[in-house]
Amino acid sequence: MTPLQTLPEWAATAPAIVLALTGLALLLIDTIDPDSTNNGLLAGTATLGALAAGGIAGWFLIGGTGMESTGGAISLYGDALVVDGMSLFFTLIFTSVAAMVTVASYDYLADEPHQGEFYSLVIFATTGMTLMGMSNSLATVFISLELASLPSYALVAFLKKDRGSIEAGLKYFLIGALSSAVFAFGISLVFAVTGSLVLPEVAASLAEGTELVGVLGLGVLMIAGGFAFKTASVPFHFWAPEAYEGAPAPVSAFLSSASKAAGFAVAFRVFTVAFPLETVTAVGGGSVDWSLLFAVLAVVTMTLGNFAAATQNNVKRMLAYSSIGHAGYALIGLAAITTDGGAANGDVLGASMAHLFVYGFMNTGAFLFIAMVEKWGLGRTFEDYNGIASKAPIAASAMTVFMFSLAGLPPFGGFFSKYALFESAIGSGFWWLAAVGAVNSALSLFYYSRVVKAMWIEEPSKPLEIGSQPVGLYVAIIFAAVGTVLLLPGFQPVIETAQTVAAALF
Amino acid sequence: MIIEALIAVTFLAALVTFVVPNRYAGKAAFALSLAPVVGSLYMWQQYDASGNALLGGNIAFETDVAWLQLGQYDIHWMVGVDGISMPLVVLTTILTTLAIVSAWTPISERQSQFFGLMLLMEANLLGVFTALDFFVWFIFWEAVLLPMYFLIGVWGGPRRKYAAIKFFVYTNIASLVMFIGFISLVFGLGDSISSFRLPEIAQALQAGQLGSFAGLSAGALASVAFIAMFFGFAVKVPVAPLHTWLPDAHVEAPTPVSVMLAGVLLKMGTYALLRFNFTMLPETARAFALPIALLAVASVIYGALLALAQQDLKRIVAYSSVSSMGYVILGLIAYTTYGVGGATFQMVAHGLISGLMFMAVGVIYNTTHTRMVSDMSGIADRMPVTAGIFVAGAFGYMGLPLMAGFAAEFFIFKGAFESTVMEAMPLFTGAAMFGIVIVAGYLLFAMQRTLFGPFRFDGDYDITEAPFHDVAPLAVLLLLTIVLGVSPDIFFTMIQDAVNPILELGGAF
Repeated sequence: MTPLQTLPEWAATAPAIVLALTGLALLLIDTIDPDSTNNGLLAGTATLGALAAGGIAGWFLIGGTGMESTGGAISLYGDALVVDGMSLFFTLIFTSVAAMVTVASYDYLADEPHQGEFYSLVIFATTGMTLMGMSNSLATVFISLELASLPSYALVAFLKKDRGSIEAGLKYFLIGALSSAVFAFGISLVFAVTGSLVLPEVAASLAEGTELVGVLGLGVLMIAGGFAFKTASVPFHFWAPEAYEGAPAPVSAFLSSASKAAGFAVAFRVFTVAFPLETVTAVGGGSVDWSLLFAVLAVVTMTLGNFAAATQNNVKRMLAYSSIGHAGYALIGLAAITTDGGAANGDVLGASMAHLFVYGFMNTGAFLFIAMVEKWGLGRTFEDYNGIASKAPIAASAMTVFMFSLAGLPPFGGFFSKYALFESAIGSGFWWLAAVGAVNSALSLFYYSRVVKAMWIEEPSKPLEIGSQPVGLYVAIIFAAVGTVLLLPGFQPVIETAQTVAAALF
Repeated sequence: MIIEALIAVTFLAALVTFVVPNRYAGKAAFALSLAPVVGSLYMWQQYDASGNALLGGNIAFETDVAWLQLGQYDIHWMVGVDGISMPLVVLTTILTTLAIVSAWTPISERQSQFFGLMLLMEANLLGVFTALDFFVWFIFWEAVLLPMYFLIGVWGGPRRKYAAIKFFVYTNIASLVMFIGFISLVFGLGDSISSFRLPEIAQALQAGQLGSFAGLSAGALASVAFIAMFFGFAVKVPVAPLHTWLPDAHVEAPTPVSVMLAGVLLKMGTYALLRFNFTMLPETARAFALPIALLAVASVIYGALLALAQQDLKRIVAYSSVSSMGYVILGLIAYTTYGVGGATFQMVAHGLISGLMFMAVGVIYNTTHTRMVSDMSGIADRMPVTAGIFVAGAFGYMGLPLMAGFAAEFFIFKGAFESTVMEAMPLFTGAAMFGIVIVAGYLLFAMQRTLFGPFRFDGDYDITEAPFHDVAPLAVLLLLTIVLGVSPDIFFTMIQDAVNPILELGGAF
């Protein structure tokens, strides 16, 4: 089965097109009926659009669009965009997270104004992320990054009457603007050295050698900084706890899962395609070694995220720091790339992508559970979670699955994705990186199990009242939990696809 | 396929129990748990394995399907049983059913969750004892912890939160250390293996394929991996001085959970020690014979002395488990057919007898609502049946001939005396035998003070004989203990058959 045999090449961008059209359709619905009492219609449209885009991406992945079996990556618009296995794989992550978030928002937003705007912002941000995955030029990288970021700023500040939400939005926007500036400056430096913005041409130009090693090094460093912001990695991580805590919980879920994955999608492509390690190390005489940079960032990010998470009293903030910790794990995908790695490079990058895929389910589910608790009005600290399991055993069971899976405990999906990541890091010779990851992972069990303990074992400190049983939130959470569990026996297709499409980058 | 069916049926039973209303959950769980009992007995009846599953023996009910390809090594769904695991599978199913019945009285809230978790734990335990691929085994191994954590944490006594967390932290850290140790061993094997199947790994190690890894030479790697795995499993067993989580967990856990903990969960540790450390790295084990024998004797004596110092009946039984597990370690390191075989037999025997003791203490507690030795006296007057079974069980614990405990301890001592792993082995055996005296001391002392003498009870409860469904599991366990004591060959023949190939490797046949 090879889709697109008779279709024009631009049809390969169908997931992005479907998402953009969905966003426009949402605006149209909102224009026709601005009173926005039709929350179900809006949420349904957004979810269907996300699912359709994800379905197309999955169909393309199975059919082999843009992969070696059907003639390799499809370049579009003068190499500005490229559709290959990796972009489709990440599209699948973005759309599945977006679908869960929009379903869950049906209940979360029930009493809020401006619902049409909310759903269209989510879908437009998802469109931007999908484009980030396809970007093949530093210009499209920058534009799609902004397309994903600008709706996110508005989404974080969506609760206009909530000071925390506004504060979070402002902080997120200011740091985002700063990092965008740094990122754009980095792009200009790279352009000054190589004379091109298209990723493969940058690499080709670097292969011929350059005397401006210092400028190139600075440019690469600044571009890495831009990605660090988007993925909430050290040193541009400090917006994340503020933004995730202040934002409406479904938006936190969306940002910490999809937006982070998008940052990794574009970082993986830029660094492996535009700055292949063997080329940049040869040019700089070893001084521009981004693998070492990412190894340091990975260790610092996972350790800092974990230790900060362990000291929190607020569950949402704890999850925000845990999300930083997971960015550290995913960075191993870039850190463990070596100049003579061969197949091992594809393995470790693919393992990182597979981890982000599993993370998309377990982390989104965890934040959506927080959304549910917020909906019940129970508060945000560990004490407020005491005894929830006695009132809502199904939701609490799902949250237990997410927590143990995030900690990397069998029998859940997070176990295999972490194992694959550490195993492939060892395969690349980075056993110390795997060891740091494993130790961090073990420590993380401490704070994840606190949530479980509060829900199941502690007695509620005050009488628990759980008013509503929000259907949309339940559907999204159970979907995420079932996904997290099934990703243990069903991990084979995910890791196989991820490692195959990652190998195509080298 | 029968092993898959057994595990799947138990999982389904757990799921069904979760949705049964609380009032009927206990009865439903009992009825459903009979299915795995029948299944395991059928397996036993059809059992046709020979030799050791890891060392090229003929594995019964084997399934081997490729599951995951992760990097260098494949993960297979590989399950099967041999003479070591078959008795433990039977023990698990029978003990779970009896523990479920014994939970009818004490568990009075959230019953469907409680009985569901018990069955969920049983399913994972069956997985632990049948898995023959490292990852399959490890997933089940870890999955046993989760139900246990909730069972202690939700239904436990006053300090249940502390006990549950301590149990969880101890065993998880141990698992991680063990995991890293084993994985580094696998990486040290390099290209000589293609999967995580335990037989493949064990046989590659026997063939001397171990290379260097992470800057360690083959010999150093074997030592480091052995120590890491020994540490990981020793926490589970538990071996002194890593035992401190056990009394807390036992005292806080409700009785049926204690039964499972002492009866089956501790055996996971000794079973894994036998499967991994003593089967895969026999030379390293022999090199470490002295410290291991020291730890074993220390567990026996120290556990028994601690039991002697306790006022709480449950703590007495809990510490005596530490002591009994010390015998298992001593038997394993002996590397003789009676030593290792006796240790395996002791796993089953201790599973039955410690289950019996915990249940008996639980039945008394159900009536008296206290476990303190000083709070009661002459209980036998009012609860003659329970007290009678308690006394019989205690004598089984002390090693009364014609009961399972006697056979197990006799095998272990015989094996340990014959051992050639080191010169001083008879000395250690003699020291360990002294433990029996202390066991007899504290059990007789506790019984004399609580069960006999003039009736006295410092509480407001009516002391009457326990209901039939409380006493019946005790009687069944007592019967099984006697059957196994009278004819240990029921299990010992198949155990020896599976154990002998290990001894040939250890060079001390």
